[in-house]
Amino acid sequence: MNSIATFFSGTDQVRASARTLPAPAQSPATIEAATPAIAVETLCKKYGTHWAVDEVNFIVPKGWTVGLLGGNGAGKTTTIAMIMGLVVPTVGRAMVLGHDMATERHKVLKRMNFESPYVALPARLTVRENLTVFGRLYGVPNVKQKIEELIEEFELGDIIDRYTGRLSAGQKTRVAVAKALINDPDVLVLDEPTASLDPDRADWVRSRLQAYQRRKSSTIVMSSHNMLEVEQLCDFVVIMSRGRVVALGTCRELAEKFECKNLDEVFIKLARGA
Amino acid sequence: MIDSINRMAAMTARYYYLLRSSWLRLAELIFWPAMQMLVWGFLYTYLYDSKSSMASTGGMLLGAVLLWDVLFRGQLGFSFTFLEEIWSRNLANLMMSPLQPAELAASLMAMSLLRLLIGTLPVTLLAFVLFGFNIYGLGFPLLGFFINLVLTGWAIGLVVSGMIIRQGLGAESLAYSVMILVLPLCCVYYPVWVLPLWLQPAAWSLTPTYVFEGMRAILIDGVFRADLMVECLALNLVYLAVAFTTFMLLLRSARHKGVLLTMGE
Repeated sequence: MNSIATFFSGTDQVRASARTLPAPAQSPATIEAATPAIAVETLCKKYGTHWAVDEVNFIVPKGWTVGLLGGNGAGKTTTIAMIMGLVVPTVGRAMVLGHDMATERHKVLKRMNFESPYVALPARLTVRENLTVFGRLYGVPNVKQKIEELIEEFELGDIIDRYTGRLSAGQKTRVAVAKALINDPDVLVLDEPTASLDPDRADWVRSRLQAYQRRKSSTIVMSSHNMLEVEQLCDFVVIMSRGRVVALGTCRELAEKFECKNLDEVFIKLARGA
Repeated sequence: MIDSINRMAAMTARYYYLLRSSWLRLAELIFWPAMQMLVWGFLYTYLYDSKSSMASTGGMLLGAVLLWDVLFRGQLGFSFTFLEEIWSRNLANLMMSPLQPAELAASLMAMSLLRLLIGTLPVTLLAFVLFGFNIYGLGFPLLGFFINLVLTGWAIGLVVSGMIIRQGLGAESLAYSVMILVLPLCCVYYPVWVLPLWLQPAAWSLTPTYVFEGMRAILIDGVFRADLMVECLALNLVYLAVAFTTFMLLLRSARHKGVLLTMGE
């Protein structure tokens, strides 16, 4: 794995509105492998007079799992939404697999997927119907077979023909994660993936995500309030506060830098204004 | 192209699954048009039996009711199917999938048509059985009326959906009320010449006016006004293009405003 130098923070850069970002490199197949999975460049989002995201910069190499941390209102979800192309940046850009998500998202969405507690799967469709619809939307070659694999992997057998709206919160999360993996995405974006799960189920889902990441060498960006989860899954951590990146590094690097025992303490220290 | 067709088929399947999941939803599609038909049908019967001077207008009333329902239900079918995505908080999932806005619009059109057929076909039979009014007696022109009204419904549905994307559920009531706004100017139950002269150009700028004038031409004079149908179709194509552009602009605005992720909350 690369060192912390792979990432760069933009806190001391001039606001990007005053400069023009270089055009993305033309990408012949040989360069494809060298292209980072995600490149967030001077990313800013302004709502009214409030900067929800303010000059955020980081690069995620292919095959890495990166945790996006921060308190409520830190700008994590907005950053994730811009990485997914759901929100257009005010300034800067979010590049995924070499494509600007504000203008070229249609070229790369087939290779991505997403899970968030802010969105839901249609309640009046069964789990199987939902997975079928999304499998077909993502162009999965053999949807039936893929669903059978997901049933086995996520132990969905007893709920597969039940209406999604009638499932428990934990079951819904399992289904949402299964949906997020239906197209074997190269880039997986997870917004608090285990938020509503009990510790046992959360650990179970984490192990599935970890296994998937290792099997496919996919890139995962996840936000979470669970520091143990982040320590277990993430190669690298970006901590945000008030729309800005306030710290980044591996869990160990951050603990050493802030003289803390673990990431939990680092988070609390930063949240209290250290 | 094949990918695009597959995605549209996936969305149509999604709406079909939803429709078949509840018999109440299916019943509701028929309920409102049927109730409306009963009210106007009994009025038609009363006028006919009382041998009043209004008796000859009874058939026109029923024809107008049925065709108005095609327009109204066509728009409702489009807008409500779209609203299902908001109510179920699924829009962000779709917007982050490879589904293109044009493909979403096409699948909404397909479902609008299916819902329309489910809702109106039984009612046309009801009108025939209970009141002896055969809308199919209009013959081939009925197809022209139907197509034009459906196209208008889709154009309005696109704008309403765009407004909902941009403004959130605060704009939900537009889905119910927007058609009532155009009803007085569409001249559904009366001819255009009834309107004040200054208002008549506004009426002729609305595509349904051509359809209802065309219907009256057949029922009163026994003449099919092909010119009206062609003008209506041309106007509809312009409306659809404008409506789709508006939908795209409102979607783009919603992406700038960052409202898509929390849509439905």
